[in-house]
Amino acid sequence: MLSAAGPTHAGPVRIPMEHGFSPYTDNGGTTLAIAGDDYVIVAGDTRQSEGYSINTRYCPKVFKLDNNCVLATGGMAADGQNLVRRLKQSIEQYHHVHAKTMSPSALAQLLSVVLYGKRHFPYFVWNTLGGLDADGSGWVYSYDPVGNVEKRKWACAGSAGHLIMPFLDAKIGHHHQSQIDAKTEGKPGSVPFDTAMKYTKDAFTSATERDIYTGDLLEIFVIRKSGVTVEQIPLKRD
Amino acid sequence: MEYNGSAVMAMKGDGCVAIAADRRFGVQALTLGTEFQKIFQMNKYTFVGLAGLASDVITLSDQLRYKVKMYELREERPISPETFAHLASSSLYEKRFGPWFVEPIIAGLDPKTGEPFIASTDLIGCINFAKDFVVSGTANSQMYGMCESLWEPNLGPEDLFETISQAMLNAIDRDCIAGWGAVVHVITKDKIVTKHLKGRMD
Repeated sequence: MLSAAGPTHAGPVRIPMEHGFSPYTDNGGTTLAIAGDDYVIVAGDTRQSEGYSINTRYCPKVFKLDNNCVLATGGMAADGQNLVRRLKQSIEQYHHVHAKTMSPSALAQLLSVVLYGKRHFPYFVWNTLGGLDADGSGWVYSYDPVGNVEKRKWACAGSAGHLIMPFLDAKIGHHHQSQIDAKTEGKPGSVPFDTAMKYTKDAFTSATERDIYTGDLLEIFVIRKSGVTVEQIPLKRD
Repeated sequence: MEYNGSAVMAMKGDGCVAIAADRRFGVQALTLGTEFQKIFQMNKYTFVGLAGLASDVITLSDQLRYKVKMYELREERPISPETFAHLASSSLYEKRFGPWFVEPIIAGLDPKTGEPFIASTDLIGCINFAKDFVVSGTANSQMYGMCESLWEPNLGPEDLFETISQAMLNAIDRDCIAGWGAVVHVITKDKIVTKHLKGRMD
């Protein structure tokens, strides 16, 4: 936001006007990822806000990349979109130089390096990257704005991240639960696909109730060996 | 509110209510005790949970107990949880410009009808009469997320206990300054079940 403030004066002398400028803004929104034995779910809502205003009800923050990976970006939308553009260019260049598609683990490392490359003027983005590794099992990499990275089985970030995280710990990680029906609930960190899908939708409908920055539409990307599919679920628009 | 750290919540069920709190006492990041009482029984069916500054939790719990006893001597009947919520609210608003740093949660059954009642207030006594669940403390966003997804209407005492326990334990594991075990009270017309939950001690 641009603002100008300075002393008002009646005289004919021009004094320099001070400008306050912040290059960062938080556009809200929530992202989530769950990895299973042969799939990864990467989801995000599509509301873009600034303060108490909604800029748009449809601005995707989850992107399919050309190497069967999906990146969810939360935080500042402009930085997220530019980061994705840069990553797509790097993936394409890698393809031409090495004559093979970039592996998810290579992309995960690249993303960390790209983010740390802007250590002193960071992209204001909390990334979550999903992909299948060489043996076909799903993994999630989550990042902070300067490139700290952790490889996990589930992750969430953004404005309702605090609300959803303990829910995933309980339902995906089976924390504090000893009696689990392995058929429907699977093992900690490897729940069946249908169950994970149900929890993804539950997490977002619950988060939408309490978080004003989350809502409008839920976009769910599913990564499998056969490719990436997208599903859209309406969320409350209030 | 973040000086000591706390997590308190209450839930309504079918003919029952449950109230739960963590047991940590600490100063900022330093944990000093793991059996600190944050839930207080005001009479047979009324409980209050106080989240916030630990010294005010102790002072206010004593003051509320005194006020409840005076009310019950004068009226010769137990205070209903709803009346108690208004008593707590006006006690807090009395200190509008120098407040107690406490956000209370009230849970109980109406002594006459057995109707479940829960409420929460902010630190100056603005009451929230919820029909599902109430949360308070430093882990409030985690508790909101858990309660919003786990709670459902008309839970019996056993299911309500399981729901509130899971909501509490998983919420406090994601808050650095709340946790170190929890306590749960399930209040029904004929008995009160109190259970101490083991949790992560880090």
